[in-house]
Amino acid sequence: MPKLTIDGREIEVEAGTTIIQAADQLGIEIPRFCYHERLAIAGNCRMCLVEVEKMPKPVASCAQPVGEGMVVKTNTPVVRKARQGVMEFLLLNHPLDCPICDQGGECDLQDQAMAYGADKGRCQEGKRAVPDKDYGPLVQTMMTRCIQCTRCVRFISEIAGTPVLGGLGRGEHMEISRYVGAVVSSELSGNLIDLCPVGALTNKPASYTYRSWELKKTESVDTMDALGASIRVDTRGNEVIRVLPRVNEDVNEEWLSDRSRFAVDGLKRQRLDRPYVRKDGKLVAVTWTEAFAAIADKLKGLAGSKIAAIAGDQADAEAMVAYKDLLTALGSTNLDCRQDGAALDPAVRASYLFNSTAAGIENADALLLIGTNPRKESPVLNARIRKRWQKGGFKVARIGHKSDLTYKYEDLGDQASVLKDIAEGKHPFFEVLKNAARPALVIGQGALSRDDGAVLLGLARKLADAAGLVKDGWNGFNVLHTAAARVGGLDLGFVPGQGGKDVAGILAGAAKGDIEVVFLLGADEVEMAALGKAFVVYQGSHGDAGAHRADVVLPGAAYTEKSATYVNLEGRAQQTRLAVFPPGEAKEDWRIVRALSDVLGKPLPYDSLKSVRERLVKASPVFAAIDAVTPAAWGAAFGTEGALSDQALVSNIDNFYMTDPISRASKTMAECTAAFGGGCNHKHKKTGTHG
Amino acid sequence: MSDMTHEPASFAFTAEYQAKADAFIAKYPAGRQQSAVMPLLDLAQRQDGWVSRAAMEVIAGLLDMAPIRVEEVATFYTMYNRKPVGKFHVQVCTNLPCMLRGSDDVVAAAKAALGVEFGDMTTDGLFTLSEVECLGACVNAPMMQINDDYYEDLDADSTKAVLEAFKRGETPKPGPQNGRQFSCPAGGPTSLTELTFQTEKA
Repeated sequence: MPKLTIDGREIEVEAGTTIIQAADQLGIEIPRFCYHERLAIAGNCRMCLVEVEKMPKPVASCAQPVGEGMVVKTNTPVVRKARQGVMEFLLLNHPLDCPICDQGGECDLQDQAMAYGADKGRCQEGKRAVPDKDYGPLVQTMMTRCIQCTRCVRFISEIAGTPVLGGLGRGEHMEISRYVGAVVSSELSGNLIDLCPVGALTNKPASYTYRSWELKKTESVDTMDALGASIRVDTRGNEVIRVLPRVNEDVNEEWLSDRSRFAVDGLKRQRLDRPYVRKDGKLVAVTWTEAFAAIADKLKGLAGSKIAAIAGDQADAEAMVAYKDLLTALGSTNLDCRQDGAALDPAVRASYLFNSTAAGIENADALLLIGTNPRKESPVLNARIRKRWQKGGFKVARIGHKSDLTYKYEDLGDQASVLKDIAEGKHPFFEVLKNAARPALVIGQGALSRDDGAVLLGLARKLADAAGLVKDGWNGFNVLHTAAARVGGLDLGFVPGQGGKDVAGILAGAAKGDIEVVFLLGADEVEMAALGKAFVVYQGSHGDAGAHRADVVLPGAAYTEKSATYVNLEGRAQQTRLAVFPPGEAKEDWRIVRALSDVLGKPLPYDSLKSVRERLVKASPVFAAIDAVTPAAWGAAFGTEGALSDQALVSNIDNFYMTDPISRASKTMAECTAAFGGGCNHKHKKTGTHG
Repeated sequence: MSDMTHEPASFAFTAEYQAKADAFIAKYPAGRQQSAVMPLLDLAQRQDGWVSRAAMEVIAGLLDMAPIRVEEVATFYTMYNRKPVGKFHVQVCTNLPCMLRGSDDVVAAAKAALGVEFGDMTTDGLFTLSEVECLGACVNAPMMQINDDYYEDLDADSTKAVLEAFKRGETPKPGPQNGRQFSCPAGGPTSLTELTFQTEKA
């Protein structure tokens, strides 16, 4: 391990570390544009020049590996002059449009020009202008501002795995451009905006609507998919302007999927902002008191077994536990948080978790994907798998619909019988898994929500045991969820109790008239027609399928409008924070249930968020360990045995851009659907990474 | 970047060029085929006279790389033509040594002889006239390159003569056009004038 001295401070770093990385470790700031710690080193902006003793000229610290006994100086007149020279070149063609640039105020170039820029340029020649490129409905381009750092080119090739950007031409004529015929439809394209150190790539849906310093920043958690990426919600007044990722090495590194980032305009549309009651077939706006009275009337004297509740994909744990307690008080055990009917077994926690964890999947050396398209179901997690694949020595196979996952995999067909063969050791991929040091499988909701989902789950368990997927310090059995609420719901037991009905049972019961009242907590994906004549109470944030069917609508809060707990697919309890207030008369979800319980004469024993959370901890200790993964014991067998259907295994997500009430209400997501289809290039020209 | 109107719908190497392409690809170890991108672009240009987008896609497919990576290479190097050129691609150097030795006359003569400006193709599709940077033949300045051959030590008359010969379907002898032997001193030997190989032997 070489030792070096930077600005008089000694540090010992691993061989192969570059000077800029060593300086970062010491907390010494070196300005940079092209260098990014998660991307390949390009060394083309030259801003990070430092002086190294015994070297004749300043060197680019991002591309210079450290050497034993190196003496580096980052703050000398030579360094300063060199950086000023670089800055003068960078500003040669850069327009002076900071006052109208969306990047203004959070621009690396602007900031560093304050430190290294001259007060005026010496260049008498005209500046070059570059035509803007069409990067689709999400990324606004202003290519004249581009300083050719190539971060975007490297991101889209390396991390996103859709190489459609490149630097065309040379010298003065070099332009960052998109390959003609290809579309920038990576589901991670929003990250280009964060990576761009200048205002060349900016947020198109939010363009010209904000200045960064006007925004209030609230750290929160994403609920648009089950990964639960760490986000920062930027708001102005009571409006969410944009959502940005936060660095969280364990979950999302620093990436965010396009749906999580750009569906936020859906938070302003189709909102339920006051209670409604259906009168003469029409929903009529009413007061909270009237809405509760309507529910109380209906429930009066009704047997508990005729009441049911279904939780949707973005329901928070607080609201779910409140509903669970309310229904228990009413004598009902008809609860389910698996609105797609997925055969997840609530009894064995390891059977529904992504046990190897998001970061842990980078340690796997063989992977079997079953009925899942991780690229659509969790793009950020898919980028992790791609990252692992890029390191080599990683065999991936997939049972399911063939599509581009941005890494190569062995296509095992789309028949469930293949899984049976592998589990029984009759398929060559069984040996691959068995011989791997840390083999893993990922089973998707597309597989588990089929009629034979429980059988597939049982086969996956059998395979995990037979091929040694679970061993000391390693659990390679992974369920890929698509619903942010799901793991939390299963953890706190929002599932049928003794003699209770599950989703299919509730729907069948409602059709027959056995179930008379159904509470839908943000559940819009159940088949509304199947609810028959049941009295439906919909509590949620958006006027989607559930509200259309409802007899009483209770306006709830979206994930940006409440402090709520979600458990991500790894089993990590995380909390969102209130960034804006719910619109109109809408309320935090658990408070609605609490108020309703009073009207029904069964008051719930909690009045504050703190006491609800204490109740949650009683339901499961998972909720006590915020931000930490609570691992699960491998435990008892799960799944069933039985016949397999010969239906093809497919992902449960068809259109990546529209999966939930918020994204369905989003104009931006509608534009993406029009431009890109369901995402992942699947209706477009091949990009060269296919197959 | 380029004018899309020329772009053909498809491209395929002929059997002869495909064999050459395979030979280039075989030079590199498995997984490193991308190294063959420059020779393959050259082959495509030799076959069609220029590199079309369709050709780049075929090459990308052969080398298992993204088409944008091929386009980056093709647009970086100016010697890959991204537009169709005539049967004879006349490239006149106008860099400093050639200019000092009279490339302005050469340019004027070429423009007059072909009746086109820089960057244009003659209507019969025979000639494209281009202005290029140094081609490394300064010792025989001024010069122009026609397809693979250098025509050097030009003046207005010899430029015209070379181009007229091409028009007639002849192929003039490449190299210096003023009777000079390669790059030996233009005015004959100036040193060691008495010493010859014969006397040295004797």
